[in-house]
Amino acid sequence: MNESCELGSTILPYRAARLRATVVRMSYYGQAPHLGSALSCLDILLAAYGGVLRVDPQHPDDPHRDRLILSKGHAAMALYAVLADQGFFPPAWLEAFNQNGGRLPEQPAPHCVPGVEAATGSLGHGLSIGLGMALALRLNGCGARVFVVLSDGECNEGSVWEAALFAAAQRLENVCVIVDHNRWQATGRSDQIMALDPLREKWEAFGWSAEEVDGHDLPALVSSLRRTPDGTGRPRAIVAHTIKGKGVSFMEDDNNWHYRIPSDAELRSALDELDCP
Amino acid sequence: MRNAFAAKITELAAADDRIVLLTGDIGNRLFDNFRSRWPKRFYNCGIAEANMVSLAAGLALCGLRPVVYTIASFATTRCLEQIRLDICYHELPVIIVGTGAGLSYASLGATHHACEDIALLRVLPGMTVVCPGDSWEVSEAIGALLSANQPGYLRLGKKGEPQVHANRPPFRIGQAIQIRSGTDMALLGVGNALALSCTVADLLSQQGYSVGVYSLHTIKPLDEACLREVFSHCGLVATIEEHSRLGGAGGTVAEWLAQRRTARARFVTIGTPDVFFHAAGSQEHVRHAWELTPQSIAKQLVAAFHAGNSAAIHPTGSTT
Repeated sequence: MNESCELGSTILPYRAARLRATVVRMSYYGQAPHLGSALSCLDILLAAYGGVLRVDPQHPDDPHRDRLILSKGHAAMALYAVLADQGFFPPAWLEAFNQNGGRLPEQPAPHCVPGVEAATGSLGHGLSIGLGMALALRLNGCGARVFVVLSDGECNEGSVWEAALFAAAQRLENVCVIVDHNRWQATGRSDQIMALDPLREKWEAFGWSAEEVDGHDLPALVSSLRRTPDGTGRPRAIVAHTIKGKGVSFMEDDNNWHYRIPSDAELRSALDELDCP
Repeated sequence: MRNAFAAKITELAAADDRIVLLTGDIGNRLFDNFRSRWPKRFYNCGIAEANMVSLAAGLALCGLRPVVYTIASFATTRCLEQIRLDICYHELPVIIVGTGAGLSYASLGATHHACEDIALLRVLPGMTVVCPGDSWEVSEAIGALLSANQPGYLRLGKKGEPQVHANRPPFRIGQAIQIRSGTDMALLGVGNALALSCTVADLLSQQGYSVGVYSLHTIKPLDEACLREVFSHCGLVATIEEHSRLGGAGGTVAEWLAQRRTARARFVTIGTPDVFFHAAGSQEHVRHAWELTPQSIAKQLVAAFHAGNSAAIHPTGSTT
């Protein structure tokens, strides 16, 4: 497990750059969109798997494991890259990402590879599924936690707020939501499409213990995700301020990269920037 | 049917501690016994069906056996995508229980009519659709669905339905139950229209027809052996259901029939028309308006039995 991981050392940042390069390659070779979304949440996933989650890639079905659901399934490239890097499956499998007949579709299918806890892709489902897991863990007397990564655009979905109300009523303090708050959704600025702000206060008003964190500061993410329930029974929400397309200068905060796929030149340029040519 | 369900799920929960009951803020006092015995296995999930269904999927992903109970129209239509993706796509053993089949809650208006639920759920891959015809079938069906270890939809009426089964043969999902035998007509009664089908058969028998009645309690998977039998040996086969003639039992049998050339029988679908009912009205009133009374159905079947064109006998679908 991860108790001895070197927080704040060079290890996680180095891995982050390498995994970003992997994700860029997956988008290019798999001809898959949503690269900006994947780069946005990559640090969140890396912090969770690299420094927080009690999961054993050799025993991915251990009933006592922590769970993480990537509810923003369109960022699956980031999840696949991190899971492979953690040892859940051979990194070579990533080469078949989005290839016909392969096991890694653009958005996670049920049990497509070890480590994927739930199929996602239609937004607004993952948190409720996570609450079911959290309730089951509590019923079974298991102290494991459930982490759910949402996109800010996903918070448009009413079902997210149904789930928020239920979790608070049931005092599901073993649940932790991380909102990847890059302020973009598919076709525009998220706060201009639906009034998300003030997002942290919304979660608090729904009965959650909420905080904000720099979603690209790995030690801060690890520390925030590691924080155990505060004893009030409130579930936890972390609003992670992120940059869509983070790590590649010409993709950062440019929403065209929600759908664009890198050209040959853009691939080379991105890999150079990430120091992974 | 509601009381039979509550009693049976309480009994089953005693034997299987994986059963968790979720309700959508309905069933006042109906589950008091369940709640008092297993307070940690009963959750009123509020008026939030989407969350409730996905929550059930999460429980099932951790090895529990959730049963979701609310009004049929809300249990199916409102959260169809959650059923499709979180339950069916994941192939999870979650049972959706919809109460208020068809026109059971007619007086509450079309918001509470459930005349499309069979059509919607039966097209979902991996979903089993069971429509019990009396309280005995309810008890049998919930046990069978839980044993099947896969997604299931249980469509209940309300309360006080007549008992249909004098004999209690083995109940098997996907196997229609023959209640009476006859050679002129075979009536395939579905769910809360099963008792109605028996009354229709009584009327037709009084007129000298030999009429068989089957409880077609499972719409998916379809009992093909039963269909082969009745379509080969009867002059007329009719499905009778409180559900739209589009996509319900009638539509399902029609799909099956269209791929077979050997049918001898004429086929008639009795069900609700492709319109909403806008006026106020009790279940009896709407059944009357939509020509779903025993007398009206018997008349339609006799006409079809003797006519050259069964299409001519469909009611017109007036809403007044």
